[in-house]
Order: sequence, then C-alpha cells, then structure tokens
Amino acid sequence: MQLTNRSKVVVRKEMSLAERLYLPAILGGLFITFKHFFRKKTTISYPEVQRQFTPVYRGHHVLKRDEQGRENCTACGLCAVACPAEAITMTAAERKPGEEKLYREEKYASVYEINMLRCIFCGLCEEACPKEAIFLTDKIVHSGYERQGFIFGKDKLVEPVEADKRVDISGRLTAHRKN
Amino acid sequence: MSKIAFFVLAFLSIFSAMMVVFSRKPVHSVLSLIFCFFTIAGHYILLNAQFLAAVHVIVYAGAIMVLFLFVIMLLNLNAESEPHKTSAGKIAAVVSGGLLLLVLVSVLKSTDGLHLSSAPDSQVGMVKNLGMVLYDKYMLPFEVSALLFLTAMIGATMIGKKELD
Amino acid sequence: METADLIFKIVFVLGVFGVSLVIAMYSTYAERKVAAFFQDRIGPNRAGPFGLLQPLADGVKMFMKEEIIPTHADKALFILGPSIAMLTACMTSVVIPWGSSLIINGKEFVMQITDVNIGILYVFGVVSIGVYGIMIGGWASNNKFSLLGALRASSQMISYELAMGMSIIALVMMTGTLSIREIVESQPGAHWNVFVQPLGFLLFLICAFAETNRTPFDLPECETELVGGYHTEYSSMKLGFYLFAEYINMFISSAIIVCLYFGGYNFPFLNSLGLSHNATAILGTVLMFGKIFFFIFFFMWVRWTIPRFRYDQLMRLGWKILIPLAVLNIVITAVVLLFKYDLWNTSIN
Repeated sequence: MQLTNRSKVVVRKEMSLAERLYLPAILGGLFITFKHFFRKKTTISYPEVQRQFTPVYRGHHVLKRDEQGRENCTACGLCAVACPAEAITMTAAERKPGEEKLYREEKYASVYEINMLRCIFCGLCEEACPKEAIFLTDKIVHSGYERQGFIFGKDKLVEPVEADKRVDISGRLTAHRKN
Repeated sequence: MSKIAFFVLAFLSIFSAMMVVFSRKPVHSVLSLIFCFFTIAGHYILLNAQFLAAVHVIVYAGAIMVLFLFVIMLLNLNAESEPHKTSAGKIAAVVSGGLLLLVLVSVLKSTDGLHLSSAPDSQVGMVKNLGMVLYDKYMLPFEVSALLFLTAMIGATMIGKKELD
Repeated sequence: METADLIFKIVFVLGVFGVSLVIAMYSTYAERKVAAFFQDRIGPNRAGPFGLLQPLADGVKMFMKEEIIPTHADKALFILGPSIAMLTACMTSVVIPWGSSLIINGKEFVMQITDVNIGILYVFGVVSIGVYGIMIGGWASNNKFSLLGALRASSQMISYELAMGMSIIALVMMTGTLSIREIVESQPGAHWNVFVQPLGFLLFLICAFAETNRTPFDLPECETELVGGYHTEYSSMKLGFYLFAEYINMFISSAIIVCLYFGGYNFPFLNSLGLSHNATAILGTVLMFGKIFFFIFFFMWVRWTIPRFRYDQLMRLGWKILIPLAVLNIVITAVVLLFKYDLWNTSIN
C-alpha cells in the first residue's frame, strides 16, 4: 500500500572509481570544515553578553502586588485547576482586620507553593488568573542540588513591596488587559 | 668508556634474562625479555653495528614481542592459574637444562679464546658496507632467505584465507 | 669533544626538548581553538588574553587531581605505561635536523642533536617501542575496556608500521641514504620529494595518522565503544602524560613529514636572497617550523572533519590497500630509477 507519493526506492548502485578512492570525498569534507573556520562565531560570551529573551519567554513565576503593595492573589484556585502538571497548591485564609494593607481582598493565600520540578512553564496559570496575580517572568529558575529546594513558597514567589524592587511584567500584559 | 658501557649492558642483559626465567607473572617475563633485547641492541651499537641494532629493535622488540605480549594478555595467565608441575617433570627439566649448559660450556671451551681483535672497524656496520656485503659476497644466501620469507608469507596468507568448500 | 661543541650541544638539546614540550603544550590549546573554529565556536578564552594561559591551567589541573591506582592493577606496570609513552615521544626528536648550521666565531655548529646514519630506522625503532606504553598501560589497568583499547592500539600500530616502512623504502631508494639530514639536503630549493613521490607521501601521511592514534584512526581510545580506551583507569598526571605524548608525537611526525617530503629547512629562493650564512640558516629553521605548524594544523583539521573508521575498515585499509600500494610505489620507483640510471650511463659514455 502506498501511503504517500514521496517515498523513494533505495538505490544501491556500484560506487564509481572516484567514490571508491575515498580521497575526493575527504577533500570535499576538508573544504567544508575550512569554510566554517572563517564563519561568524555563534558563541555568546555569557556573563558579559546576555542573550535577548523573546517577550513571550516563560520563566520564574511571580505573585504580583497592586500599586499599594497589596497581594493580588485571592486563592481562588483557578491556577491550580488550570495547571496540567498539577504543580500548584495553595491554602486559603481570611483577611483579619488590620491586614488591609497586605491583601487586596478579604480572602488570600496563606500558603502558595509551586513545585518547580513538576512545572512545565506552559503559562496556563497566568492565563487562568482572573486577578492578574500570577505571571511568568523572564527570570531563569536557579538550579539546585536537593529536590526540597524546588518547592517554591511565597517567600520566593511574591514580589517585594518596595517600588524599586517590583517585577516588571508590562511586556507580558496582553493588549486588552492593558486597557 | 666503552668498557664500562659493555659491562653495564652485559650485567643488565644477563640480569633481565634471569628475570625472564624467575619472574612469576608471564607478562613480567615477556617485558624482561624485551628489555633483554634492548640491551643486546646496545651491544650491537658498541660493536658499531647500528643498522643491526635498529633492525633488531624494530623486528624483535617492536614486532615479535608485541605478538608474544598479545597472546599472553589474551590468555590471561597468572600465578594462580599456573598448572601444578610434578616433581618428575622438574627433575627432567633440570637434567635437560644441565645438559644444554654442558654442551654450551664445552663448545665455548673448544673455541680458541674470545679474542676481540682490537676495536672493530667503525665503518663495518654502516648501511652501505652491509649492503655491499649482502648483495655482493653473500648474494645467494641472502636471496635464498628472501625466498624463504616469501614462502612463509604465502603460507600465512593461505592459512589466513577462509576455507573454500 | 671541544668545550664549545659541548656547550652548544647541551644548549641545543635542552632547547629542542623545551621547544617540543612547549609546542605540545600549545598544541592542546590549538586543538581546542581549531576545533571550536571549525564548529563556529570561540574556544577557550578565559585564562589570559585569548585563553593563552589555558595550557598552564590544564597542567595545574592535571597535577592537582587525585591520583588513583586501581587496587587490582599491576602497580609497577601501571606507572611504567605512561612513562614509556612519554619517553618514546621525546626520543625521536634527536635525529631530526632542525636547521642547516650556524657559524659562531668561525666555527660551524650543526643544528641537529645527532646525525645517525640510520636516522629513519632509529625513528621506526622508537615508534615500534611506543606501542608498549599503550599496551602495558592497558593491561596493567586490569580493566576490559583498557585491555581492548590496548589490543586495538597495538594491532593497529603494527599493521600501519609495515605500510609506513614500505612507503619510505621508495624514498630511500631515490635518495640512497637513511640519514634524515642527507635526505633533507638532497631536496634543495623547491625540489621537494613530495613532487616526485606523491603516492609515497600520501601513504606516509595516512600511516602517520594511524601511528599517532589520531582521528580517523583513534580507535584505541574510541569513547563510544571503549569508555576511554587504554587510559580508562588513568587519572591525574599519568593521564596527562598519555595525552601529552600524543601531542608530542603529532609534532614529531609533522617534523618528519616535513623533513622527508617537504624539504625540511629548504625553501625556494632562500639561498638567492643574499643573506649571511647564519641568517639563512635561521630563516630556514623558521620556515621549517612554519611547515611543521601547517601539518599540525592539518592533523587537527582532519580530526574535526572525518569520522572514525570501523575496525574492520581500518584493517582492510592497512593490509589490503596501503601495503599493495606501497609495493606498487616501490616497483614504479625502481623502474624509473633503473631507466634513469641507464640513460645517465649511456649519456656519459
């Protein structure tokens, strides 16, 4: 049965004398490598020069705060539901009086953990989030020697309160969200 | 100077020859034999026979002994797997070895002294002179031995060929 | 021997030794750089400007690493292996003529450690001992990969030694001498042997690749099949010696190729420049090193171009192709020489 019309019959024809001599082929190969000798080098000298990331690069997660420094996350759990790798877990808690400066709404996540060994950086959590609380940034997730260290809690995920240490995600906001 | 070199070399060659017999591990024996060949090549050089020395090293130390080593390494012989020798065999070995020694000593005694007629001619071992001697004076023996080698080569090829049946 | 001679010899011996070590050292750097350039990379560039201190860093690393001798290894032979490899690699440079001669205070000093009348045979002798370094090391490791690597190496080197010797015979028939200096002096100007012995040169070149265990003939240490080949169990500076010996061998075989087929320190129009004797000699040496560096580069160039042979292909090439071709080369050379000799004789009479 013919599946496609692109199939080719293997030809095992006798090699010609030039092919059997083997030397012309070697010379051809030497010529090709020699051309590469003068090509532009593709190496990027890492610490000095850094590769430009694409704007859609998905790296280290961040839990955003709003302009007043309150956490956006309300522990609705949509991100955990959306996550195909089941990497996200959270515990919800009720905001106590006096904590209005810390959390934007009455409910917040007291524990928010992402297992970075399971995470596949698909960005579905970001899409699922109704509160613009979680984003994937262009930061690279650090490597480590122990599995325990890869369960990132709120200490590693929530961005700092200070205005100058905030994580810029403006490049990731889609057009309709910006408005 | 050359006398000292001779005695050092002679001592080394006899010592390494003894090591061939006495060492327990076959690989060590072979290596001692190789070393022995080197000291013999050194003797050739002392006798101004550089060509002979070089060929000796290339052929014996460089090719034949490699094959010896090859076989011994592949057989994986060692002191434990050495077969136990019966005392009768040992006695027979001593007797035959002693007889060989006797013959050698008697032959050496019957020669009229080992007189090295002063220093040998410094040009005698040069390639040119050797070639002249081989292709002129000893033409027939040389060609006959070449024929022998050729036969051996053809024989080896025939043995190495796959059976045609 | 006069004191002046003695001093010159001592200085020269130390010089040759030092230069060959330094060149081998920087060959490791050059190899990495050349490999990188062929693969569109930059190569080592962190240690010093352009990474020029990389060989030193590698050397320090080799010395500082843990020295491991396997418990079931034959200790004495385990140490003897790399020593022999290094020794034989350094021994060959003795018979290579590095230049014509220098005249200092009206006295002529030949730029060669010793001019043995059997120079080529000496080289072959040393090369044939070189097998033992690998064989002993491989066997003493008491490791099957090492042993297999050692066996491959020795059978490969013995096989290609034959073809190498036979490819040289044609050259020796032409020049009528075994001394490397006389061979170099028989090709003045641009009368290089490569033009009259192209087939011989090709055979010698291929065999030189096989004898130095360089790709495409690096089966003894072929990583994909044998882990590390004969030096699987080696670490620290003993491994360093094996690797270093390979680079010295590469340098020396380049030097021998240059001497035998590319006129050594001869170069066209070198003598017609009107320079003084010493200046000509030094320029000749510099040019010879230029040729040697080209061949070292060529060794690397081939390494990063051609994949490794399969073992049966290697043996087939050695025994069924190179040796018959070498015999053919000898026959052709003999016929041509005989013909020329007859012509020469008749023209005299």
